[in-house]
Amino acid sequence: MHFLVANEILYCIEDYCIKAFCKLRTSRSSLTEDRSKMASIRCFLRSGKSAVSVVLRREFSKTSPAAVQVNVRDALNQAMDEELERDEKVFLLGEEVAQYDGAYKVSRGLWKKYGDKRIIDTPITEMGFAGIAVGAAFAGLRPICEFMTWNFSMQAIDQVINSAAKTYYMSAGAQPVPIVFRGPNGSSAGVAAQHSQCFAAWYGHCPGLKVVSPWNSEDARGLLKAAIRDNNPVVFLENELMYGVPFDLSEEVMHKDFVLPIGKAKVERQGTHITLVSHSRCVGFCLDAAAVLAKEGVECEVVNLRTIRPLDVETIEASVMKTGHLVTVEGGWPQYGVGAEICARIMEGPAFNYLDAPAVRVTGVDIPMPYAKILEDHSVPQIKDIIFTVKKVLNM
Amino acid sequence: MPSPFNLIEGDRQQKGGEKRSETAGRWQHDSMQKMLTIISNVLRGSASRHGAQVVSEAASMVASSRSYADFTPEATFDIKKVDLHRLEEGPPLTATLTREEGLKYYRTMQTIRRMELKADQLYKQKIIRGFCHLYDGQEACAVGIEGGITLSDHLITAYRAHGYTLTRGGTVREIMAELTGRRGGIAKGKGGSMHMYTKNFYGGNGIVGAQVPLGAGVALACKYLGNDQLCVSLYGDGAANQGQIFETYNMSSLWKLPIIFICENNQYGMGTSVERSSASTEYYKRGDYIPGLRVDGMDVLCVREATKFAADHCRSGKGPILMELQTYRYHGHSMSDPGVSYRTREEIQEVRSKSDPISMLKDRMLSNNMASIEELKEIDIAVRKEIEDAAQFATTDPEPPLDDLCSHIFANDQPFEVRAATPWTKLTSTS
Repeated sequence: MHFLVANEILYCIEDYCIKAFCKLRTSRSSLTEDRSKMASIRCFLRSGKSAVSVVLRREFSKTSPAAVQVNVRDALNQAMDEELERDEKVFLLGEEVAQYDGAYKVSRGLWKKYGDKRIIDTPITEMGFAGIAVGAAFAGLRPICEFMTWNFSMQAIDQVINSAAKTYYMSAGAQPVPIVFRGPNGSSAGVAAQHSQCFAAWYGHCPGLKVVSPWNSEDARGLLKAAIRDNNPVVFLENELMYGVPFDLSEEVMHKDFVLPIGKAKVERQGTHITLVSHSRCVGFCLDAAAVLAKEGVECEVVNLRTIRPLDVETIEASVMKTGHLVTVEGGWPQYGVGAEICARIMEGPAFNYLDAPAVRVTGVDIPMPYAKILEDHSVPQIKDIIFTVKKVLNM
Repeated sequence: MPSPFNLIEGDRQQKGGEKRSETAGRWQHDSMQKMLTIISNVLRGSASRHGAQVVSEAASMVASSRSYADFTPEATFDIKKVDLHRLEEGPPLTATLTREEGLKYYRTMQTIRRMELKADQLYKQKIIRGFCHLYDGQEACAVGIEGGITLSDHLITAYRAHGYTLTRGGTVREIMAELTGRRGGIAKGKGGSMHMYTKNFYGGNGIVGAQVPLGAGVALACKYLGNDQLCVSLYGDGAANQGQIFETYNMSSLWKLPIIFICENNQYGMGTSVERSSASTEYYKRGDYIPGLRVDGMDVLCVREATKFAADHCRSGKGPILMELQTYRYHGHSMSDPGVSYRTREEIQEVRSKSDPISMLKDRMLSNNMASIEELKEIDIAVRKEIEDAAQFATTDPEPPLDDLCSHIFANDQPFEVRAATPWTKLTSTS
């Protein structure tokens, strides 16, 4: 409850701030500062309360509620547990989700708590069980369908796209499909080509799907709860290498009704010189690169997409209009990828006129993932690649 | 070559020899010849068993002078024995039909028939476009199945779905307007021939075989919610070889889902006969550990009794059951297939004259004095009018508004902007 009241207060403060900034606009201020303030106003107006609350937490001192350390795996586990408890119609199916506690232990303890009816082990038949999950959603249940990795979703992709994504449209609104498909996406460590593909671009291509790609525990928790509560098919792309990474979560985030809006990006780090846009594990790399660059006086603004589709173009535009420079960072392949889409949208929108240099993408190398460690390390974007690119774009 | 038809009990009349000598000159392929022989044996066999007789004009005049109170309210018919797989007992060998039921089945089948023929006409006039897969010849399947379940049960099928859309509660108007892509269509013109939905009817599915796991999911929901409902999941002889169907057999049996798998075997998957597509054409046995029935799909009573039997099986918690309905489509696979390059006109004509489902029911009712010829003619006239009115609506109703272009992408969502063909056009999606 306190979370909701706090937001009311934040809205009032937002109003005050806009008026204050507008007054400041007329006084002597540099172009960059002006841009920053205008962008902030735009941020307030467009990005919704999470952006507001982030900015305001920086500028007003506020006692932070007691934080608890939760890794991404546990955040996902708790999110599912709470949603299973909240709504009887929610259930989980997939390979090894029940008695094995989950191939990556994400569903640990759930079978013990909820039993066979709600946590269902399936045979290794993705096309079949994905279809069964979609059919259950047709008939009013709220399935969470786990793919052990998103690579195996290719066996079932017809059910995800043709049976889930398109049905609400084809039926002119008669048949909603409240389903979540989730599982680890993208490269892992040493699992080689067939187990390392990123599907953000593939699923992000399709209307009728929401595609979500969390980075940290707060993202994982809030977005999974939102996905389960959403009445539409959601593709939830996790990352195996993030499962064990702990993050501090505030009391507010740990509330059982904490949800994050699907379709809203988050500015993880404010900056002025260049915008880095990323999703999933690469957000962490961007923040690391930003820390290194800060020592050289380059302040990077890091945008965590959180959602691939619908893409939060407004947040990216506001940031680019402030910094004038854009670099996208992703683990997936470059051709027809997430970064390509972001660049195209920036070209077509108002932010293009603010670019001082072409937008550039940092991506996975355009090859099937090799096995040997040295080769694998050079197949994915590294922090040094991000730093190198930033400097190139800034002509340093 | 072994064939399922030869195994059906009672059809031992091997008149193949005669057939061959009559038609040898006209036939190009041995396989086609065999197909006709096989089909005619089975279907003729079923017709002759019931002693269908054509009522003479004189008799019908006598009958028409009687009042409705003189009609037989109910009669019991012998129906063909069903082939069983992993079942000790099957459906009964007789079926009781009341006058009301008979008239209802007659009217529904006739409506489907005339609706499909009207769709054929509209398609040739280019008022219907794209895909159009017609169901005429198979009416007994849709009507018989619905006679064995209730509207609170669930059903899903593939793309030859117009008949099911009707039996599951759709109106001819809405169906035809959907075919012509108008705003009064059952899916507001957004779906077309293959994507029609009603309550507890999940289409209309374009991807061959995909509907079968979907149906099992619906059945899972029935079991989960404990509502004693079941799901009928249909597919064709062409789809019967799909891997996902076997995956579904496995999970349905493992979890004892209340699902009735129904293979509508109309002998041809598009242009490929069953012999050319399937190593085993005994589709009712393909579920292996799942009990199966092979049923005469041209006899609405056969289909109904088998469906009732199957429904009881499911509702008693025994898990899935599989029915193969032996049926036939008069049209080609779709409107772009004339349907005579892989089968002969003689074969089609043979089935039409010997085994038509509507004629079979009509003959039964007339010969048992359950209805008069005039009464049935009146139904025909009423059906024709209904179809004409629907076609009129379907051709005059306006197309959907352009605002609908982006609607119904997401359920329960705020309106959002949709990328149009160019970045300057602003389109909004509404739920």
